Amino acid sequence: MPVRPRLFALGAIAIAIVLPLLVRSEYYRQVLVTGYISAIAVYGLNIILGYTGLLTLGHAAFFGIGAYAVALLETRLGVPFWVALAAGCAAAVILGYLVGLVSLRTRGNYFAIFTAAIGVMISIVLTNWQELTGGNIGVLNIPPPAPIGPISFESSLAKYYLVLVALVFAIVICARVRGSLFGRSLIAIAGNEDLARAVGIDVMRAKSAAFMLSTFLAGLAGGMYAIFIGFLGPDSSGLDVTFDMLLYLIVGGVGTLAGPLVGTLVLVILAQFLSGIDQYKFLIFGPMLVLLIMFFPSGIVGGIMQLRGMVRRGAASAPVADAALAQPGAN
Amino acid sequence: MLLEVIGVTKRFGGLTAVDDVSFTVESGSIVAIIGPNGAGKSTCFNLISGYYPVTSGKLVFAGEDITHEPMHKIARRGIARTFQTTSLFRSASVLDNAIIGYRMHTQSGLFDALLRTSRARREERESAEHAFEALRFAGIEQYADRIAGSIPQEAQKRLAIAIAVVSKPKLVLLDEPAAGVTSEETVGHADLIRSMAQAGFTVCLVEHKMSLVMGLADRIVVLHHGAKIAEGTPAEVQANDVVIEAYLGAATHA
Repeated sequence: MPVRPRLFALGAIAIAIVLPLLVRSEYYRQVLVTGYISAIAVYGLNIILGYTGLLTLGHAAFFGIGAYAVALLETRLGVPFWVALAAGCAAAVILGYLVGLVSLRTRGNYFAIFTAAIGVMISIVLTNWQELTGGNIGVLNIPPPAPIGPISFESSLAKYYLVLVALVFAIVICARVRGSLFGRSLIAIAGNEDLARAVGIDVMRAKSAAFMLSTFLAGLAGGMYAIFIGFLGPDSSGLDVTFDMLLYLIVGGVGTLAGPLVGTLVLVILAQFLSGIDQYKFLIFGPMLVLLIMFFPSGIVGGIMQLRGMVRRGAASAPVADAALAQPGAN
Repeated sequence: MLLEVIGVTKRFGGLTAVDDVSFTVESGSIVAIIGPNGAGKSTCFNLISGYYPVTSGKLVFAGEDITHEPMHKIARRGIARTFQTTSLFRSASVLDNAIIGYRMHTQSGLFDALLRTSRARREERESAEHAFEALRFAGIEQYADRIAGSIPQEAQKRLAIAIAVVSKPKLVLLDEPAAGVTSEETVGHADLIRSMAQAGFTVCLVEHKMSLVMGLADRIVVLHHGAKIAEGTPAEVQANDVVIEAYLGAATHA
């Protein structure tokens, strides 16, 4: 049935495959890949905030856990990348389970504050446990993944495609969750937690699963970051990184499928153009965000869907009129 | 006896909202709980459905003690409820609202979603079928694709009932099903509640509109200041002096 979205997705993948062949500059390739890596983490954020309605402020900490796990296992113990990546994701999920065990019992602002505290704590540990993490110097010379048969991951092009595969994987996860019965449980919790309980949904269990899935994607993004940048410092896991990710999600469209990717790429690329005036960039981002929230509270993607609904409403007759009013990300 | 409420008390700090209330609900009947504002009617529902823990007393459902069970477990035993303020998943479609109501009968979790297992596909189909059936029962199947928050008020009330009955519960608790609907629409709601009883649901409702209650209920429980002051058939309750003093009498003065 959903032929058009599928065509749209295939088109986007085709563009993503061809893009690095057109963009010859190493620098711009790196910008794109950094954007993709952030987008993977933002998809995780979308599951917990967009679908389940829980504002986590500790997301970057799980990104850091994944990144440091991969970096340290590779450089200190010589563990192959693929094993290290699996371990990094597992570490993020297990930690997500433990953090969720306590934090998910709180609601609303308390959840945000609790996760922010956890995020700050993890970040402080990564900065100060010098023997393990190298402190502020960080971890250097993180090797690229070992080749699989003839495919080597030395070149930036090969790494680009590796990250692209991970991104598509993250998007597929989000798409499948969204359309599923499990996803409907999450949407129910976001929309009306009391009613969700009243219809027999085990709210705690569903939240825990959603939270672990979100930390898994953060960990996966972190692991990709470690091998792509080849260097890792503690500033990759701080609270401001979480706020960047939140900004990407809000700009793209909370709760929409394309929003995390669109928001991340738009802002990452925009930040490159503004890099000459780096310390003033929030003079531009700030007002932009205010305008966006005033006129398109459901982000770029939500806004486009809203406009499309309005156009269709103008063309077609009344019955679907009201449905167009409801924004997909309004939960 | 389907539901036994035995000496149930609920205190919020110094306030006793429900005071040693006992009543029973027989399978297949319609029982109404009435009383003036603040009589503890909704609190009663919130205790039965596990929304609040009881301070003391006992709740027995289908022969089993459910006094200390969490809300979602009580729901899975077969007690469905609606809320006083029409409670829906407002930004989801009407059909999805009903599908969520059926969720307790489906097992698919996160991994079924990620792997699109045959169980997930089968349960999705099954949920949609039951959801449509419930929407048809509530008379709102024409709104299936609309966003729940965008349909008319009266249809939203019906959707709340559809969400409650889609899981085929043994007992349905309706908290003021006709609040905020016009008197003509109230007739339609009475018909819907009657057809619920005919379809085999046991119904317990809290309601202000006496016209609705008197024509509908098999038994009526009257609460006043958190305590039960009378119980009986509509005719018995209407003739009860204490009730007239406390509730019907007060209403005529107003």
